[in-house]
Amino acid sequence: MSITVAVTGMNARADNPGPGLAIARCLKESNTPTRVVGLGYEALDPALYHRGFVDRGYLLPYPSHGEDALLARVCELHEREKFDVLIPCLDAEMQSFARLAPTLAGMGIRTFIPNSHQLALRSKDRLPELAKEIGIASPKTQAIYQANFFHSCQSQDWQYPLMVKGLFYDAKIAYNAEEAVAAFHRIAGEWGVPVLAQSWIGGEEINLAGVGDGEGGLAGAVMMKKRALTDKGKGWAGISIHDEELLAAAQKFCAVTKWRGGLELEMLRDTQGGLHLIEINPRFPAWIYLSAGVGCNLPELLVKLALGEKLIPSTPTPAGVLFIRYAEEAIVSLADFENITVWGETLRTEGAFA
Amino acid sequence: MKNITTKNPWVAPVIVRHASSGMNKFGGVRDAQFRDEIAGVSIAELVEKYGSPLFVLSEEHLRQSVRRINRAFTTRYAKVRQAWSYKTNYINAVSAILHQEGCDAEVVSEFEYDKARRLGVPASRIFFNGPYKSRGALTKAVSEGARIHVDHLDELALLEEVAAELGILNFPITIRLNFDTGFAENWGRFGFNLENGQAMEAARRIAASPNLKLTGLHNHIGTFITDPRAYTAQVGIMINFMNNVEAATDCTITTLDIGGGFASRNAMQGVYLPPEQITPTAEQYAEAICGALAIGLKDREQHGKPLPELVLETGRAVVDEAEWLISSVVANKRLPTGQRAMVLDAGVNILFTAFWYNHEVRPARPVEGIPEDTVLYGPLCMNIDVVRQSVSLPPLKTGDLLSFWPVGAYNNTQWMQFIQLRPAVVMVRQNGQVDVVRRAETLDDVEEPERLPADLQPDFS
Amino acid sequence: MKNTLLASKRLALSESGFVFDPVSGQSFSVNESGLVFLRLAQHEDDLDKLTTQLVEQFDASSVEIKRDVQDFINRLQGFLK
Repeated sequence: MSITVAVTGMNARADNPGPGLAIARCLKESNTPTRVVGLGYEALDPALYHRGFVDRGYLLPYPSHGEDALLARVCELHEREKFDVLIPCLDAEMQSFARLAPTLAGMGIRTFIPNSHQLALRSKDRLPELAKEIGIASPKTQAIYQANFFHSCQSQDWQYPLMVKGLFYDAKIAYNAEEAVAAFHRIAGEWGVPVLAQSWIGGEEINLAGVGDGEGGLAGAVMMKKRALTDKGKGWAGISIHDEELLAAAQKFCAVTKWRGGLELEMLRDTQGGLHLIEINPRFPAWIYLSAGVGCNLPELLVKLALGEKLIPSTPTPAGVLFIRYAEEAIVSLADFENITVWGETLRTEGAFA
Repeated sequence: MKNITTKNPWVAPVIVRHASSGMNKFGGVRDAQFRDEIAGVSIAELVEKYGSPLFVLSEEHLRQSVRRINRAFTTRYAKVRQAWSYKTNYINAVSAILHQEGCDAEVVSEFEYDKARRLGVPASRIFFNGPYKSRGALTKAVSEGARIHVDHLDELALLEEVAAELGILNFPITIRLNFDTGFAENWGRFGFNLENGQAMEAARRIAASPNLKLTGLHNHIGTFITDPRAYTAQVGIMINFMNNVEAATDCTITTLDIGGGFASRNAMQGVYLPPEQITPTAEQYAEAICGALAIGLKDREQHGKPLPELVLETGRAVVDEAEWLISSVVANKRLPTGQRAMVLDAGVNILFTAFWYNHEVRPARPVEGIPEDTVLYGPLCMNIDVVRQSVSLPPLKTGDLLSFWPVGAYNNTQWMQFIQLRPAVVMVRQNGQVDVVRRAETLDDVEEPERLPADLQPDFS
Repeated sequence: MKNTLLASKRLALSESGFVFDPVSGQSFSVNESGLVFLRLAQHEDDLDKLTTQLVEQFDASSVEIKRDVQDFINRLQGFLK
């Protein structure tokens, strides 16, 4: 029997892709035949038009327009598409979906996502508290509302370089107050305040993508070391690894928070070998297709959990498998573009330009 | 007889270019919804009867809002008082309802003090705050037994003189503190600083005075605080100072006044997420505050000290969502930049909070057509008169009504009589009746205090 | 004005209100009356006649329609340069 899964994050941009297309690709390779419905926010979200992985594309109202509008749109689409599972995967929409999850469940749309409380626990400005509870180190983090902090911070035990981060996206290393202030204004302009200051630690970043089973267990995980970065600091090549300490941190995180759903742990191994927690993302990362590549298809696993199916215990994934990301152009007819622009969906009518 | 046409209704033609981003037909959904009533009363009828622009209060919303905050705190802590922050909205009908609901008054000037007294509030239930209280004001407040919050050393000296003159011993007072919570920027301009020892110094001075005694601590961490943990930190620091000051000066603190600052469901400019996601509920604030009280005061009664009463000076969170502003479209314009503009009959003269909020703006009727990015100007002949820099609205005609919400906090007090007269404020009562609670201003209201020397009377004969 | 009307003839119009300019590569959305106007403009170069046709079709005064059409053409002018 086939199922229908709605996936967000269709913004598969070359320099900084959303995870949706990779999740769709994983689902297309799962053992259950899956129809994937892509939910995007912009008419130029490329994955909406990727017929190989996304069967049908629709637009959603922006998260900043509120939950009522979002719910109304999802209801409308559910009536037509009969979603079995919905996988949100953008940071800025997670709170909305967490709050809507019970309503969606009442309509028969299953999600497998953390609740509002769990989301707040891993919020970037609370990272030090959480890290303490898990028992791992983390860099000092402070929420900043005014740029003049960066001129006076050295008297408060801060040192340059430091990281300036948005509450949802974006991070910039700043070597002096001027750079930090510039980064503050740029990030605040896009994502609002607070902006976070985080002390900078030199070392090597390692990442883990996984699924928390909601009962304190880590149902599956894939670990990766980035091997090459884009201008925006996103990995465009990486290699699977197996790091027991990283895995243990993720297990501890799931045990402490009873995490439910996809997650990405970003950690840093400093020059002395110490491990620091840098960030926890409450959803799958864009490199999630590597999980299918190493034989541990995490989106498939998440769908199984959402549907309440039995799991086969996961086996350790092999180290040494690479991913190298490439850009590809989708060819889009004016009719398809017209439909997305005018109706917010692909393939509604045969438009004038078909 | 004119021929009965089957002509289509006319809507002005609109063309919008597709940009590389922001292209989403749902982009404007939030503001494209309409609102045709307030608390069950038709907006069109309100304007027909009371004119435009028009402020509309809802008694039901106001009472529910203050009750919810009250319930959130009283179910979590034994001694709670809410003091209504007059400066937020001191229209008598608003204050009166809140006093009926059990609120005390929190005032920050002699004018506000007199206003509360005239409304019948006993002085003992007035918290007198603020950085400037004249000798006359202090004399009145002390002799009537108001609860005075001292802001600085000069005021402390003046207060001591006043109490001595009145022959009063041990007049109970509260000092305002400022300190760093690590969450919001410290408002160091108000009160005595804790970290540098000013606050303890003030307490010692009070202890040394026969006329005064320290019984309360006050702090206000800031405004529109969306992280309840800021209050947890605040309460912890205040309790710590309470213990220190009691040990050092042998006083007993019976009041912890944590000020206000709770956010409303208004959209602060420069904040990405919608207000329903960032604004904590009354229960979340209460949990953070009362949780910290429970921890900090655990052993207090065993040490023979009373549990202090918790005072809240909530303003915005009580009243903001209980009031709307109705405004009419006066003109449609196309700016040289191509952006659409509308001129409204309400500007920043009466909607002062437009400087920092993106209010929810809704037409009063369902409107068809493509929403377009629009700038909303007020009626003032002043470049700063912008009530909304950018909002997506469908085509509207002159005379169409728009409602702005939430506008209950600070507009009816910070509005100004500048160029235009101020409009009426009406209240939809719980029984559905509409009462004018402040009539529209007239030219006479403005000119009444003026005196024109007789020889300056112009003669155009 | 006249030039704008002439230039608008090159636009490809869809029933849905989607408009494509094959010269500039830009695309647009128009509302119903905008689409009616652009359709009429494909066959009519005289603005007065064009407005008369609109007044016949729509329930509004010619003053109101003229004013709105003027605004629309100004907008169009910016797009079709």
